[in-house]
Amino acid sequence: MSDTSPTARSAVRKTYKLYIGGAFPRSESGRSYPVTAPGGEFIANAAQASRKDARDAVRAARAAQPGWAKATAYNRGQVLYRVAEMLEERRDQFAQQIASVEGGPLDAAHAQVDASVDRWVWYAGWSDKLSQVLGAANPVAGPYWNISSPEPTGVVALLAPATPTLLGLTSVIAPAIVGGNTVVAVAPDACAVPAVTLGEVMATSDLPGGVVNLLTGSTAELAPWLASHLDVNALDLAGVAAGSDLARELEVAAAENLKRVVRPRAAQDWSADPGLGRMKPFLETKTVWHPIGI
Amino acid sequence: MTAQLALDDAGLRRLLHGLAPVDQVGADARAAKLGTRSIKTTAKARALDLAVRMVDLTTLEGADTPGKVRALCAKGIRPEPAQEDCPSVAAICVYGDMVAAAKEALAGSGVKIAAVATAFPSGRAPLAVKLADTVAAVEAGADEIDMVIDRGAFLAGRYAAVAEEIAAVKAACRTGGHDAHLKVILETGELATYDNVKRASWLAMLAGADFIKTSTGKVSPAATLPVTLLMLEAVRDFRAQTGRQVGVKPAGGIRTAKDAIKYLVTVNETAGPDWLDPDWFRFGASSLLNDLLLQRRKLATGVYSGPDYVTVD
Amino acid sequence: MSLFEYAPAPESRSVVDLKPSYGLFVDGEFADGSAGTFKSVNPATEEVLAEVALADAADVDRAVAAARRAYDEVWSRLPGRERAKYLFRIARIIQERARELAVLESLDNGKPIRESRDVDIPLAAAHFFYYAGWADKLPHANLGPDPKPLGVAGQVIPWNFPLLMLAWKVAPALACGNTVVLKPAETTPLTALLFAEICQQADLPPGVVNILTGAGATGAALVAHPGVDKVAFTGSTEVGRQIAKQVAGTSKKVTLELGGKAANLVFDDAPLEQAIEGIVDGIFFNQGHVCCAGSRLLVQESVAEEVVDRLRERMRTLRVGDPLDKNTDIGAINSAEQLARIRTLTEAGEAEGATRWSPPCELPERGFFFAPTVFTGVSQAHRIAREEIFGPVLSVLTFRTPAEAVEKANNTAYGLSAGVWTDKGSRILWLAQRMRAGVVWANTFNRFDPTSPFGGYKESGYGREGGRHGLEAYLDV
Repeated sequence: MSDTSPTARSAVRKTYKLYIGGAFPRSESGRSYPVTAPGGEFIANAAQASRKDARDAVRAARAAQPGWAKATAYNRGQVLYRVAEMLEERRDQFAQQIASVEGGPLDAAHAQVDASVDRWVWYAGWSDKLSQVLGAANPVAGPYWNISSPEPTGVVALLAPATPTLLGLTSVIAPAIVGGNTVVAVAPDACAVPAVTLGEVMATSDLPGGVVNLLTGSTAELAPWLASHLDVNALDLAGVAAGSDLARELEVAAAENLKRVVRPRAAQDWSADPGLGRMKPFLETKTVWHPIGI
Repeated sequence: MTAQLALDDAGLRRLLHGLAPVDQVGADARAAKLGTRSIKTTAKARALDLAVRMVDLTTLEGADTPGKVRALCAKGIRPEPAQEDCPSVAAICVYGDMVAAAKEALAGSGVKIAAVATAFPSGRAPLAVKLADTVAAVEAGADEIDMVIDRGAFLAGRYAAVAEEIAAVKAACRTGGHDAHLKVILETGELATYDNVKRASWLAMLAGADFIKTSTGKVSPAATLPVTLLMLEAVRDFRAQTGRQVGVKPAGGIRTAKDAIKYLVTVNETAGPDWLDPDWFRFGASSLLNDLLLQRRKLATGVYSGPDYVTVD
Repeated sequence: MSLFEYAPAPESRSVVDLKPSYGLFVDGEFADGSAGTFKSVNPATEEVLAEVALADAADVDRAVAAARRAYDEVWSRLPGRERAKYLFRIARIIQERARELAVLESLDNGKPIRESRDVDIPLAAAHFFYYAGWADKLPHANLGPDPKPLGVAGQVIPWNFPLLMLAWKVAPALACGNTVVLKPAETTPLTALLFAEICQQADLPPGVVNILTGAGATGAALVAHPGVDKVAFTGSTEVGRQIAKQVAGTSKKVTLELGGKAANLVFDDAPLEQAIEGIVDGIFFNQGHVCCAGSRLLVQESVAEEVVDRLRERMRTLRVGDPLDKNTDIGAINSAEQLARIRTLTEAGEAEGATRWSPPCELPERGFFFAPTVFTGVSQAHRIAREEIFGPVLSVLTFRTPAEAVEKANNTAYGLSAGVWTDKGSRILWLAQRMRAGVVWANTFNRFDPTSPFGGYKESGYGREGGRHGLEAYLDV
């Protein structure tokens, strides 16, 4: 209920837009949709991303990928850590947004923000350890130096879960980008509100534009375009119901260019220790041989 | 080529270091693969006779005597006294002071006399001594001179000194109207890398070598198949660039007919059939000849022979 | 070569005791198939080598059931060190029967005996030996504290390296505690059937390894079978795509090792002689029937002419003919179908304006043979620069700068392997970093080892075979 007395000040509301290539454009379609609380109260209008927005996002992600992969692991780790710092600073803002779009007590929302911050910190530390943990020096039977090391697969399309909003997004984005991939993430429905704010965090975290691209709107509408896109290398189906027709159809579409696919799980516990499970599928093992001689 | 000879160390360095590098593992693998060729029946019979004709039957001992040299010459002329179809070897290779004895024993046989010279095997003597050594051998009747390069100078990058010395020895080979063929021993066992083998091969050819030879036989490793492969590539490329054909002589360490055939396969598939001739390819060896003879007999009779049935020289 | 013509040096066939017909190997025994038989042909002579049982869906059912039984009752319960002993035993028997396997491989596949003898069979034995050692060390593989087997693996392998691909599939699967149903390629089933005998000699428990011979339909039935927990496939990208679609929506774990169109980059400072050997080895090894073949030669313009001249000279010494002759470098094309495909693509190369060259060589009158061929004047847009020919056909392109080399090399939907030839260390590493390919051979090509992971980026498939990485495909971690 707004205060209409002459001395009252009306709040300046934020326009929720997409996050593509480091900028915050509206949907090229001009569409938006109302984000509401579980009880139905209006929260904001979010941009309803279209297939062309998805196309633009993939293009931005592809353009950013070589540079991000070439950044030193130390640098990538610091950028992810910077995301955690920025997130921490906006702790209350995120908690309020989470509580409003997900419902539930503010304490739980704060706990989700804390878990998200911790998860960014956890993944930040992985950047310069992946090669050591996942790589190998292979003792081939001959005079050859032979080293295997993980490398990013390229552009990853992520279908984020509807809830938990911030922790879900964090849990799919951070593991994909830490190894040098760039991503296009679909933040569905009410997830748009914390997602766009997360975009603002990223825009102020030294994360190069295009490394993370956020599309808000409908997973069912956007996912088929991303799953079939031939310039996308991998697909995380986290936000699709396990065993659903949609999950199968997306996997079939992804097969066209042999995308690496992470299938959805029936009972995914986003608060559990994530392990290496979401990093490995988006890393290729490259093995280099060279003769040893004088 | 004379223009290049005028080059100083720096110029030669640019030239030799501008040659395509050699990957050791790849060169070894190529040689090993050539070694898997299987030469059978008629091809083997031809190969064995060719190998006999390519042998520089060698004795290079402090204990050598004219008697020993005469025995070796007899063996070289008729390796298989009982078999008319067995060819003679290409040459008898001796120290300079044995040339006279060899010349007498080989008279009219067509078998050549090769003499090692230039303070063989180390080459550590003043140039004048090396040239005198050469002139003495040539005047005593040597058809071929096997000289050693100054490995110390080569490894120190004093390429001009190495080249000038080769050219001087080449001139000494032509002393008094003679025209002895010059084989230049690179002593590859002391050159350490295949890149150096390749550079030394080119340097020797540029300086006038008629043959490039792997080793003295006094240093281990002596001839190896990969080193010979590199030298064959060098003579092939040198002819393609200059039109002049240079021979190759692996020496030391080749003891079996099986090994010799591997070398011939390598000649055939690297430099090509033009080099499959005693004028262009030689084996520097002492014990190889007997194994070639044993294998020759096996092929002719179908039974394995034994060392009691070939002569010990 | 008239002066020194090599006489024929044929390897003896007598070491192989071929039966007129072979059944399916299910539950430790050979049995007739439900769908009749097909013939396996020697591609070098077109003679029928043996009749082989054709497995249908009912046979797949039986084999998967046998594998499940063996998994539940025996193999998954066996301690790792005991599984290891069986694998070591198999490695040793492969070594003991190496000559027999090599001759049979060359008869059935058409590859030169030098390669089956020196590469395929020794590497197959080495693969079993390597993975045998892993069987009791899986918790130490850095793949999680408690790795568990997946269950029954359905494995479909190609005809280019029949026994070696079997080893790549079976050895890690068994080491990790899975049981397998394997389908060898339709045109090369015989060494897999001899391998079944080896399993019997090794006293491998019945049902741990089952071998179903057949064609595409058999493989499709195996992949689709609900009792299969893990699918491993090596073959064409087209079939790999179908498999990926087929398993969509299931919980089956999949690894795919598919096609390639590898670039082999030669810079002007390369060790040239070795580069020429690497080019030859890269495209003519195994008649070019190699998914990682270096089929696109990218040469720096400044040395392009010299490299092509030297390559042609080297190609003149290649010996094409009887696979059983120890001096043969290039044997028979595996099948009439493959020969037809190679011809179609090479004709397309000529039609598109590339210049075709082969050394003069007499091909045998019978059998499927194709002369080693090099195309110059090829552009990126030509079919022969884009499509996998899977034959002894090389396309030569040029580049001017390292950046252009990288761009052209990566300009393909495939990403299995790449070659780099340059003497400059920092450039090697710069290039290796930028190649979008699972295997990068620098100053060498077509090297394989059981300890070295192998597998592709992009449409060359996913998952790795070989090395510690190869375990992950067969474990729930």
